Amino acid sequence: MSAAARVRSAHGSAPARVVATGWGWRHASRRRAAVAGVDLVLEPGERVLLLGPSGAGKSTLLGGLAGILGDEEDGEETGTLTLDGRPSASQRGRAGLVLQDPDANTILPALGDDVAFGLENLAVPRDEIWPRVRAALDAVGLTYPLDRPTAHLSGGERQRLAIAGVLAMGPGLLLLDEPTANLDHAGADEVRRAVAATSTTLVVVDHRVDQWIDLVDRVLVLEPGGGITADGSPADVFDSRGAALAAAGVWVPGARPQVERAGRTADHGLGGVLLEADGVAVGHGPVPVQRGIDLTIRAGVSTIITGLNGTGKSALAVALAGLAAPLAGTLTARGVLAHGTAQSQPHRWRSRDLLTRIGTVFQRPEHQFVARSVRDELAVGPRLTRAADADARVDGLLERLRLSHLADAHPYTLSGGEQRRLSVATALATAPTVLVLDEPTFGQDRTTWTELAALVAAHVGDGGAAVSVTHDDDYVRVLGDERLHLSRDGAPVIDRAEACA
Amino acid sequence: MSTAPTADHSMGDDTAGLAPSPTAQHTRTPARDPLASLNPLALWIAAALASLPLLTSIDLVSGATALGVWLVVFLALGIRPRTMLARTWPLLLAAPLSGLSMLLYAQPGGRIHLSWWLVTISDNSIELAAAITVRVLAIGVPALVALVGIDPTRLADALGQIARLPARFVVGALAAVRLAGVLAADHRSLARARRARGLGDSRSLRGALSLPFALVVAAVRRGTMLATAMEARAFGTGERTWARPSRLRRRDAVAIACALGVSLAAVGLAVATGAFRLVGAGG
Repeated sequence: MSAAARVRSAHGSAPARVVATGWGWRHASRRRAAVAGVDLVLEPGERVLLLGPSGAGKSTLLGGLAGILGDEEDGEETGTLTLDGRPSASQRGRAGLVLQDPDANTILPALGDDVAFGLENLAVPRDEIWPRVRAALDAVGLTYPLDRPTAHLSGGERQRLAIAGVLAMGPGLLLLDEPTANLDHAGADEVRRAVAATSTTLVVVDHRVDQWIDLVDRVLVLEPGGGITADGSPADVFDSRGAALAAAGVWVPGARPQVERAGRTADHGLGGVLLEADGVAVGHGPVPVQRGIDLTIRAGVSTIITGLNGTGKSALAVALAGLAAPLAGTLTARGVLAHGTAQSQPHRWRSRDLLTRIGTVFQRPEHQFVARSVRDELAVGPRLTRAADADARVDGLLERLRLSHLADAHPYTLSGGEQRRLSVATALATAPTVLVLDEPTFGQDRTTWTELAALVAAHVGDGGAAVSVTHDDDYVRVLGDERLHLSRDGAPVIDRAEACA
Repeated sequence: MSTAPTADHSMGDDTAGLAPSPTAQHTRTPARDPLASLNPLALWIAAALASLPLLTSIDLVSGATALGVWLVVFLALGIRPRTMLARTWPLLLAAPLSGLSMLLYAQPGGRIHLSWWLVTISDNSIELAAAITVRVLAIGVPALVALVGIDPTRLADALGQIARLPARFVVGALAAVRLAGVLAADHRSLARARRARGLGDSRSLRGALSLPFALVVAAVRRGTMLATAMEARAFGTGERTWARPSRLRRRDAVAIACALGVSLAAVGLAVATGAFRLVGAGG
């Protein structure tokens, strides 16, 4: 297409009409189609929530609508997918896509340059670029100077920046792939407000239905390999298909997930002390963002750490897990946790000493994988501790976490939910006393969520301790025996929620 | 005309630090550094032209002259000694070391002052050591003062618009610069994950082997995601425009001419005083 034609399409910010007829896509490296048999009409300006279990191909459908799946070398297309009657792949810029990870959406070092990037690529003349950049930033409520470094923005601001980056291009179709999964509540609200102010046709993929239900006109459910299996107003779809959707892992509004807390008694605060934080300071690099944290971790208690993005939650988790020294104050292991170690401060322990004492589940599961198969991955810990029953333990965990059929698969090839289950399993494999989890549930479908919460509950019920960093209200409700809230300014607040028992 | 923020990518003090980017910390503003008002490409060309004549000779005169002139010029332009020190300190450590090796191991000549095993300190080696030290500084100090902290966005603008390098390459490299900071954070959390998995002890071969591999995987994943995000914003589909104009102006030409002039004059002075000593001509 000529540059002039692209400029015209960029200006045409009228909402797009989407038509899919028997559309499907198979990635070149896979045998099975990621999406097949999608028949769909979206009228201009419609706002649609796209649901479906993990692996249904929601992201692939978004990629198809965005026209970025590539050509015959990248995969095989069936059927047709058009925006305003023309193939989506031929009209880059007509659809704007925002991905889940704020890090992945930011392209350039300065705020204004990042928004201008798409306009440059559409060959918009320079005089038009900067007014459109300002208008787009206004539309998402970002009021910083244009030279603000993107690295200094919070996660919510980054996602709004990404939306501004595509809005500036004047798209007719806005595509959002779990845009709030990595954000705290305030950040997620910011993003939804920005989306509510747009007038384009909208397709959003998100497990957390309740966050979008007031904003969308229509709900679509995509089944793995089965096309669209439910289509209608939110009320219709959830009335008729609610139970089936919940069973398939969709976060149906209203039905809160329940997890049995076995072995819990009213005096849960009185378990033996395992870990004590005294005046601990943590931060990003050498700069403290949180000081004076006093916290006691006890056996049989699940502790939750909450707070906005950037308040040092993850840094505190890293310190509690013995992976880095706190910037100030002391962390001391007590009781059974300290048995058999020469040092009382976990960050001074040998790496191997951590295995049976403190297990960590990282925010990004793939970061903690070190082996070439799921089975080997689970066996790493038990072999290092010379556990006599290593093989039996591995088999038991494979069974319990529904990973047996993937025992020989490479951990990197698993789906997001499977990777999350495996990362928890690797931590549990050496039966640590304390389990530290950083955002264990984000981006997870309801099925995986429930399994994770049940595992943590069982660990605590058996007399272990759990410390979880989370933004997830349901997780706090189920596992928030004690809650430490970190704020931007002001002392950390500990809240003992007796009602949870 | 556009109201683009062309030159001024001012960076505040890095306080938020959510994901410190490598570009955020050293970038400079015209207010604090007059060299920042020059086109980055002009600075690169000037640095290259300034170093070429000085590479022809090893003598004390040309090196000391060039170094002295540049220090005076930088001070006159209002660049503070502290700033110069911050940009050049690794070289200030390295230059005496290169001199030291000359002092100890250069071909002996003139009076021998000390001789022990392979080490011989002679008149010749003392002279060479001084000349080499000053030369490394004369070439390196002006280049580092001019080039450290160049805003990569402005450099990319110049490479794309003036040097006419392919946008795919220039803008892709610019986006990759931002990823370096993200990868540093990935490396940190990968290393912590090794420790949590019991593989963090120094004698653990498995931990040592799996970390670089995991970092490569993380880099490829980040790169793929970045490419997707860039493509989703219509990158690489054809002609593009540039939001920030980048031009070579009169002052850029003056800077380039000055850079070459100072070096040629310094070498000329060495020739005139007979100190010129062609590289490779023995000594």
